[in-house]
Parts: sequence; structure tokens; C-alpha cells
Amino acid sequence: MSVEARERRQPWILLSPALTAITLLLFIPLVFIAVYSFWLRTATGADQVGFFLDNWQEALTDRFYRDILLYTLKIAAITTILCAVMGYPAAYFIARSKGNKAILLLLLMLPFWISYIIRTMSWINILGVSGALNTFLLWIGIIDEPLQMLYNQATVVLGLIHFLLPFMVLNVFVSLDGIDETLEDAANSLGATRWQAFLQVTLPLSLPGLAAGGLLCFVLGAGTYITPLVLGGPSDAMFANLVFEAIITQLNWPLGSALSLMLLVVLGLLVMVYNRYLGMAQLMKGLG
Amino acid sequence: MSSVTLKNIVKRFGSFTAVHQTDLEIPEGAFVTLLGPSGCGKTTNLRMIAGLLDPTEGEILIGGKRVNDVPIHKRNLGIVFQNYALFPHKTVADNIAFGLKYRDVPKDQIAGKVQDALDLVQLPDVGSRYPKELSGGQQQRIALARAIVIEPDVLLLDEPLSALDANLREDMRVELKRIQDQIGVTTLFVTHDQSEALAMSDQIVVMSAGRVEQVGAPEEVYNNPASEFVANFLGASNVIDAECRAKNAEGAQLDTPLFGKVTLPAEKSVRLSGAGPAKLVLRAEKLQVMEEGAAPEGLITAPATIETVDYQGQTVRYFVRVGDAQLQALNMIDERPFEKGSAATVGFRPQDGSALAPA
Repeated sequence: MSVEARERRQPWILLSPALTAITLLLFIPLVFIAVYSFWLRTATGADQVGFFLDNWQEALTDRFYRDILLYTLKIAAITTILCAVMGYPAAYFIARSKGNKAILLLLLMLPFWISYIIRTMSWINILGVSGALNTFLLWIGIIDEPLQMLYNQATVVLGLIHFLLPFMVLNVFVSLDGIDETLEDAANSLGATRWQAFLQVTLPLSLPGLAAGGLLCFVLGAGTYITPLVLGGPSDAMFANLVFEAIITQLNWPLGSALSLMLLVVLGLLVMVYNRYLGMAQLMKGLG
Repeated sequence: MSSVTLKNIVKRFGSFTAVHQTDLEIPEGAFVTLLGPSGCGKTTNLRMIAGLLDPTEGEILIGGKRVNDVPIHKRNLGIVFQNYALFPHKTVADNIAFGLKYRDVPKDQIAGKVQDALDLVQLPDVGSRYPKELSGGQQQRIALARAIVIEPDVLLLDEPLSALDANLREDMRVELKRIQDQIGVTTLFVTHDQSEALAMSDQIVVMSAGRVEQVGAPEEVYNNPASEFVANFLGASNVIDAECRAKNAEGAQLDTPLFGKVTLPAEKSVRLSGAGPAKLVLRAEKLQVMEEGAAPEGLITAPATIETVDYQGQTVRYFVRVGDAQLQALNMIDERPFEKGSAATVGFRPQDGSALAPA
């Protein structure tokens, strides 16, 4: 075999394990889901095989689903913005810290060692009626009876931030860490204050990381069902909870499939629009 | 344009002293080079003047005014960094205009000044490109244009040529000197490259291990080194043990085991205080390798054996055995070099030597 032929084959050989896994574990199940979404669940509880548009009609016309979808996107957006505001300074601090960068990054990864569900449930012990915060406030006498702090929109956002912040920090860190620090020195020497240098040089150069972190936070946040399930009230259900409800509780696989595909398509479109209009490609060009 | 003065500057990082007690005067409009190996403190000095580091002790004056507490963005300095530090997300024109935006330059004049700077560095047409689209040498010129367009009081150059390949480096050396002559800005240049220092500077400050070894014009530093370190850092030198017999207004009489009596002129023996042990410094290119038995007028000679021949075309570097010492000679040659192992004579003019007091 010629060298050229070998070089042409090499990418496929290297990609084959990942492609196999993605095909078997992601793509084929997705096709199943798509097929399911056109089946119909009959009154007897059995699935009727065929090509029915009933599920899609319900998913696309029922205002209930539309409202929850918009609510889900709103919560994901709020969470993403808060993660960016909270995560950026932390990432900046880690990127600019001298010797102990590795330890700080390890600390950032530490929460990943504990199950996301356990981490989410830990808030019950902190914010619950007999949780740490209420116990403390009662003890110092600020309040006379426990505050109801759990099971609302704020705790859902709190739980999501807890879950997603490390993703934001890591993404921003990676892009900040790649920025040459002498660029800020150069900006300072040309007359920019540290803040101006940050706004003019560091911030724009770290935008790809911020954008990647934001996208990750948004998509993960919009697709979650654990957090609203554990920390939300009855009215805080997000879209993935509807899918969970349809498939696990009602055993209505066809409707659940249609709903989950609907979320997938909406998020996919948002990602495309995001890439198109945030001008990532243009930014990358400048960075070579 | 301003002078720069360092008074009793000391810089410590924890228990490590990067710069020991240093005094330095950079006259207005001069091109002064800090020369030394890596870790000698030259960049630390530059960074202190720039305001990127605080001196542990001492004062820094720019234009006669103490600037220790003046933050970098108010010092009005032009700095060219080793890696150029161009802003990758801005066009070349925006890079150059960056400093103008923080000065009271009317908006309608910015484009004109940017173009003037581009013309000065002979890259008039690259304003709309991004730095990554330029070659290393071009990026270097843009970095220089960005630093001088703000009309800085002092221009600081931190090894600006070291990232370029050899040919380009020599071109840029000439170019940099031309631009500095043209605008006349006080310039502090940091380098570890002796030929850059010799070619460009009005004054060279040779540094080693955080201390200033010698300050002087290039010819002075080259021909009359103040220490063994300076003698060896600027090219290759032979440092030979000697004994000073007498010193007077005309010069000094040295006794050397290798060459016998050597009489140095007064300007080459200023570092000797009188009779006593001394060192004779002989630059490799001043030591002439000749046919065995040659004894030209005015040369002090000794018999030698050629041990290594390093042929470089126009020049040849010999390592020769003279007595119990190995000496280096760098000679221009016409045709064939002497052969390895052959016997020869080495000689030098006494005025080409210089004397050091032993450390």
C-alpha cells in the first residue's frame, strides 16, 4: 500500500472506535426514538405500529408544552448568564495564579467525583426546613420558625448553577490560559489601565471560551430533569421532566419520543443560530 | 524624549537577588544596550524601568522625575516585547492605533499617524491585515511601529530580534538603528547577542549575575574589557597569567610565562594599580598564527602547536598549544589553513593586549 493510501485510511482507523460507539449507542437509538414518535399509544396501553402524526400534533399545538419549553429556555438562559458572571472571575483568578494552578483546577474538578444527584440532594440538607441554614438562623434567633426556602424557581437555578459552574469555569480558564500575558503588559505600556486592557484585549480574546462554556451550560441546563425534580416545586417542571413523565410514569413512549425530539431540534437550531451570529468563525480567524 | 536614571536599584525575588545595587544613567537620545547572558538581570532592569516590576530598593528617574510610584500606563514608554505581543484580534492598523486612543490625539489624525508609522517601518500596505498574516520580521516592525507612534519618552526593546532567523536579524538590526537615528528617541535595548550590542549601541552595559560588569562605548568594552567575564562574553579571548613588573605613565611591563616580556600602552593598563599579579587579555582575532619560526617586526611571538582547526571559509579558528596553555586564534585566511598537529608560531602586537587586575 502506498504511503498516500495509508495516510488517507489513517483518520478512519483512528476514528473507528468512536464512530462505532456513537453509531451504536447514539445514532441508532435516536433512529428508534424517531420511529417511536410516529407510533401511537392506544387506550389499552399497547403501542400501535404505524405512521401517525398524533403525537407530533399534540406536542406542537398544545400550549402547555410550548409554555414549558419557553420556561425551560428561560431558566437555562438565566443559569447560563449567572454562571458566566460568577465563573469568569474565578477562571481569571485560576489562569493568572502562579504556582498553585494545578491544585485549584483539582478543586474545581472535585465535585465531579460525587454523583450529580447526591450533590443536588445536598441542598435539601442545607436549605430544608430542618436544614443547616434554618437551624442556624433559629439558633441565633433571627427567625422564629423555619423559612420555606426549597422547591421554587430560585432553588432550581441554584442547583443548576451548582451543577454547571465548573463547566463554565473550565472553558473560560482554557481560553484565558492560552492568552499571552505580555499582551496585557503591552496594552498597559501603551496607556491602557488594567481594566481597559482587560476590556480591550483579554476579554475579547477569551470570548471563544466564554461562548463555549455558555453553550455547554445552556444545553445541559435546558436538558436537565434531575434538578427541577429534586429542588423544584410542582410548577417548576422543565421540558425534560415532561419527557421523563411521559416515558417513565405514563409509559407513553411515542409521546415521550416526540417531545424529546422536539427539545433536541430546538436546542440544535439554537446552537446553529448561536454559531452563526456570535461570529465565532470570524473570531477564530483573527486568532489564526 | 528623556534620560533614564537608576539609583541604587536592588531587586529581590524572595531570597534571590536578581539585581544587586545598580546605578545606571541613560542619557537623553542615547542608544544604550544591556548585554549579558540569560539570568543576568538585564530584563529585570528593563521591566523595572517599564513599571512591570517594582524595585525592592532604589529610585528610577525618567526625565529627572521619580517614577517608582507611577503606574506603567502613565509612564509614556514604548515597549517592544520579545514575542512582539501584537493583539491577535485587532488589525495591524488597530494595533498601532491602540496607544493613540489613550492619548489626546484627535480621531481624524489617528489614521494619518498610523500610516506615518507604517511608512517609517517600510510596511505601508499591511494596515488592514491581521498580525498572524504577517511574517515574523513584519510583525516585529509592526510592534516597533506601535511602540513609537505614541512618541514615547523612552523606547524599551526586550530582545526584540531574538525570535528572528539569522539573516533577518541582521537586516532588522540595521533597520532598527536607522529608525532610532531618525526619531532620536532614548532607547534601552536588552540582548544577549554581542554583535547586536556592538553594532547598534552608543553605550553597552555588560551585566553578569545581577551586577554591572562594565559600562562603555562598544570599542571600549570590546578592546579594553574590565573583567574576564566581559573579555569572554564579547567574543573569544585568551586570558593569560602575568606578573606586572612596573607601571608608569607610558604603560606597564608585564612578565608572562608564555610570551616573556610584554609592554602594554597606558590606555590598555588602566586596570592595573601597580606591580603585582595581573592577567593579560588577548582577543582570539588579535592572535596571529604564522609559519614556524616567523618573527615579524613589532610582534611578540611564541612557538606553538596547532591542536584543532575549525575552518569557516573566510576565517579559521585555531586552538593552539603554547607552553602549558591552550589558546584560541581567529584568523582571516587566503587559501589553506595550517594543518592540525603542525608546528607554528603565534604572535600579537603588544597594543592589542589589555591587562586586568586579578579578581
